Amino acid sequence: MTTLTLGKALNAGLRRSLSDDDKVVVMGEDIGRLGGVYRITDGLQAEFGPRRVIDTPLAESAILGTAIGLAYRGFRPVVEIQFDGFVYVAFDQIVSQLAKMHARTNGAVKLPLTIRIPVGGGLGAAEHHSESPEAYFVHTAGLRVVTVATPQDAFTVLRQAIACDDPVVFFEPKRRYHLKGEVDAGADGGGGPELATAPFMGDARVLTTGSDVTLVTFGSLVPTALDAAVAAADEGVSVEVVDLRSLSPVDHATVEASVRRTGRLVVVHEGPRQAGVGAEIAAEITERCFHHLEAAPVRVTGHDVPYPPAKLEQHQVPDLDRILDGVDRVLGRVSAPTFEEANR
Amino acid sequence: MTPSDQALRPPQTEHALRADDVQILDEHGHRRAAAEHDRWLEGLSRDDLLGLYEDMVVVRRIDAEATALQRQGELALWPPLLGQEAAQIGSGRALRPEDFVFSSYREHAVAYTRGVALVDLVRVWRGVTASGWDPYAVGMATPQVIIGAQALHATGYAMGIQIDGAAAAAVGYLGDGAMSQGDVSEAFVFAATYQAPVVLFCQNNQWAISEPVTLQSPVPLVDRAAGFGIPGVRVDGNDVLAVLAVTRAALDRARTGGGPTFIEAVTYRMGPHTTADDPTRYRDADELASWAARDPIARFATYLRDTGVLDDAAEERVRATADRVAAELRAGCVALEDPPALTVFEHVYAEPHTGIDRERAAYAAYLAGFDDGAAADDETTTRTEER
Repeated sequence: MTTLTLGKALNAGLRRSLSDDDKVVVMGEDIGRLGGVYRITDGLQAEFGPRRVIDTPLAESAILGTAIGLAYRGFRPVVEIQFDGFVYVAFDQIVSQLAKMHARTNGAVKLPLTIRIPVGGGLGAAEHHSESPEAYFVHTAGLRVVTVATPQDAFTVLRQAIACDDPVVFFEPKRRYHLKGEVDAGADGGGGPELATAPFMGDARVLTTGSDVTLVTFGSLVPTALDAAVAAADEGVSVEVVDLRSLSPVDHATVEASVRRTGRLVVVHEGPRQAGVGAEIAAEITERCFHHLEAAPVRVTGHDVPYPPAKLEQHQVPDLDRILDGVDRVLGRVSAPTFEEANR
Repeated sequence: MTPSDQALRPPQTEHALRADDVQILDEHGHRRAAAEHDRWLEGLSRDDLLGLYEDMVVVRRIDAEATALQRQGELALWPPLLGQEAAQIGSGRALRPEDFVFSSYREHAVAYTRGVALVDLVRVWRGVTASGWDPYAVGMATPQVIIGAQALHATGYAMGIQIDGAAAAAVGYLGDGAMSQGDVSEAFVFAATYQAPVVLFCQNNQWAISEPVTLQSPVPLVDRAAGFGIPGVRVDGNDVLAVLAVTRAALDRARTGGGPTFIEAVTYRMGPHTTADDPTRYRDADELASWAARDPIARFATYLRDTGVLDDAAEERVRATADRVAAELRAGCVALEDPPALTVFEHVYAEPHTGIDRERAAYAAYLAGFDDGAAADDETTTRTEER
């Protein structure tokens, strides 16, 4: 066990994948000499050389398109999109090419490609640097979409994503890059067979058990949700926090089992509300355990607005108080009227 | 000020052949002196020459048969290659097995040169499958419909060849319309930056559905390459020997560490964009006639007859081969059956996926609800009609 930040754990995961499998290549803008704008690839080019850790020209569609060509030839590319808001330039290559290639070739061509994307707000950044675009990719068949909230998951799930034969969109909560935690780098031994026995990246995880409310979240808001559970406990409310980890496929069974016990569901994420991951989970859980629900599921999300300027972003990203407000609402303790109530 | 009625009018640049473009057989089938390029044709035997001729005749026959199959309702759609036989056969026959092709959707003749089975050419166009063939079995990806996207795949594949240290090349086929796509410009950038062993082969067939090449570029397409730092060569795309020569040269450069090449093959799409298109709405009969006079097959036949390679008996054998191939294609096509319903869930993911497993199970259960002795994988349309 060593203590690492989430960012350093990602770096360690990349290093291990590069040393275990010579088909792994890492590519992106500023990732070589600079080590990435967030230093996630720090030192990798010096260690593995510019053929394996490739600084690319500034063209996201080409980064994805050439990585697809490399995967076609048997490589396992890990590409970095520098910031969340830059990924749309590569949208066709991800949605029409990468996601569909396995089906489009009747399974002949596997594209084991991992797309790392720093995601989310809360850092006072310029526009296009604080977005949460996960829903676009969750909506796209052929992609797997995962995210992490702890250094251990950063290390392990990234390595699982790289080892997976499907394309994986891997969202990194950039606001939590400096979050520290214990990492067992030997948890999956030297890779290979042991990696398969590690918890699969598709599994959700119950972080705190509770009996009154199931609080589902992922990525950057997991620590905030845990804080909310502690605060709620002070008021006598027992909250069960579930870290989703995989956004596609969603481990609905874990969420369902929790909601069957608590009878109440709150889903929290930074991304916009409309057709977001929270909408999908609320709908699925309502279908699965309608008769176990004590109240309609509640979503606490970013607003359906363009991500606002830095001095307004505290109103966009759900914080402790908004999560607790969601918990209150699902318990019927309405602290503020809804739009419909206010306009009745 | 430009008068407003001139606003947004593209320059009417000439995109036809220039004197210094590569041509080995002139429009009358006479061989021109082309020392620089002749060396790439050394060793071509009479059988090789006849083989190129047979290839072109056969693929034109395949194309005509597929067009007929669409008219008869056996194919949903077909994008004809009529007029582009020399560009595709000349370049396709320059390839080696270890090379890899990423094409657009009109390169049926290239697929033919890669050894794609006849019936595999039409599976996708009949709508019975997502994929006609296994790309690794023939060294050619299945057709790309998003214009220009494959240029990046070819470039990335070529980067992989470099990392492997292999003596091979990737080829990306694209059209004049694709030259306006960002992905193609980005492919030029990456190919040049990494000196990737890729040949980007543009068939300038003058039309992108209804849009003439003048709408895509005010300069000859080949001139774009220089700005990216890539050698560009313009070739008479209706001259099979010239196309073979320049493609061999480009592939040789790629395989020996010389980096990428852009080839513009000037040709003409004599048919519609697809069987759903009506080119009489946007182009003159005169233009078509002028290009028909430069027919790639007729030109090569003249040369072969003048040089004693082709005679009536050989011509008869070639025609018989083409007819046999067409009959085989037709028989294979009409025998293709519709796939079972649950095929829709296949190959979405390479590894087990709980989401798709649930959806498959739910839909199978739904189909089973129609139980009249039919299994869940029977044709739903058939059942619907029966009920």
